[in-house]
Amino acid sequence: MTLTVAVRKQLSHFCLDVNFQCKPGSLTAVVGPSGAGKTTLIRIIAGLEKPDSGRVCLGDECWADTDSKVFVHARKRRLGLVFQEYTLFPHLNVRKNVAFAATDPDRVDELMTMFGIHHLQDKRPTAISGGERQRAAFCQALARDPVLLLLDEPFSALDAGTRRSLRHELRDLKNDLDIPILHVTHDLEEAQFLGDSILAVDNGTVSPDWFGCQIRSSFAMHNQTLQENSL
Amino acid sequence: MNWEPFYLSTKLAFWTMVLIPVLAAPIACLLAYGRFAGKSVVDALVSLPMVLPPTVLGFGLLVVMGPRGVAGMFWENMTGNRLVFSFAGILLASLVFNLPFAVQPLRASFEKLDPRLLESAAILGLSPTQTFLRVILPNCIGGLTAASILVFAHSLGEFGVILMVGGSIPGETRVASIAIFEAVEALRYDDAFLLSTILVPVSFMVLFIINKINERR
Repeated sequence: MTLTVAVRKQLSHFCLDVNFQCKPGSLTAVVGPSGAGKTTLIRIIAGLEKPDSGRVCLGDECWADTDSKVFVHARKRRLGLVFQEYTLFPHLNVRKNVAFAATDPDRVDELMTMFGIHHLQDKRPTAISGGERQRAAFCQALARDPVLLLLDEPFSALDAGTRRSLRHELRDLKNDLDIPILHVTHDLEEAQFLGDSILAVDNGTVSPDWFGCQIRSSFAMHNQTLQENSL
Repeated sequence: MNWEPFYLSTKLAFWTMVLIPVLAAPIACLLAYGRFAGKSVVDALVSLPMVLPPTVLGFGLLVVMGPRGVAGMFWENMTGNRLVFSFAGILLASLVFNLPFAVQPLRASFEKLDPRLLESAAILGLSPTQTFLRVILPNCIGGLTAASILVFAHSLGEFGVILMVGGSIPGETRVASIAIFEAVEALRYDDAFLLSTILVPVSFMVLFIINKINERR
């Protein structure tokens, strides 16, 4: 089912005004500088915030529509959300966290094995590394068999090695999931690596120019570094 | 030495400690996370027993729990017994008197909980009641324990409200603090001294346990 988003929300310094679609089986990377409204966009789609106007629909099902005053609460949207920093429940071990809202108990073992954390099932979130926690968070989100996967800078708090490895795992996973995936990041390289399509957001609006500028400046910096190294 | 007042005090404190979370936890949760009109009014009402003179609160409860009061009539219809001057009556009064002492630490504990955990719970499909039982309470167990122990200690020393609602019926409502007061009035200072010195180490131990729990949190 295709995710259709056309929302407006007044934020403190600008108005978030975004309109896009994300098809099942594809990953849309939402890129932009800090404070561009990316996280607010994710929160609106998740149902954690209401838009001032507009609609969020998945296929024929409307989750939010200000015209017809429809608002489906986050708990009824059956989506998976992985936050920037882990939000596993600290009072539960890894297994219980993954199984917390699992629709199928067999899926819990399958997911933990797929993400390589089965051996950590009895450990508490505080006793494992940041990368392992994010893997567990992915398992938790997917165990609910979501119809949409939202990722809010899930790798930004990780070291470069773990980030690289998780990026590859996510790219492999994306091919197996037949649901729309929205991945918020401020990392252009990550957006290009993972995204089937890229949505650049700056000051609350879709800004292809911003993305082009960033790419050009990143190439310019890369060329300058090469020239400096060759001298 | 008559140990009955101590037994009654401990029984009253124990049942107050056991029952107060049932009342206080939902109110604390509402005050910590709720957004509704009149929240500050509810907050002030819940905190009122903390600032009111115990005799004023006791008199109010006596009116409500008396044979012509709402609670008194309801209780008499249900059980056939009077609510005032009974153990059930002083227990109800103790619950009302201790409510703010349980709500305040619980509310602080709930407010300290990472709000992202609550958002995670919503995303994972939990209803508000499920979130309260499966996420909030297990993560605030320290606050709940500290509030319960504080209420236990506070109940041990209750005097004014209990005297107004329960009087001093031996074996029914004459708790340790009332027994001490009566011993002093009757110039039985040795009895008063003995009863008082037993309460001091008990109260000290309770505060010591609360501090240990807070250190662990």
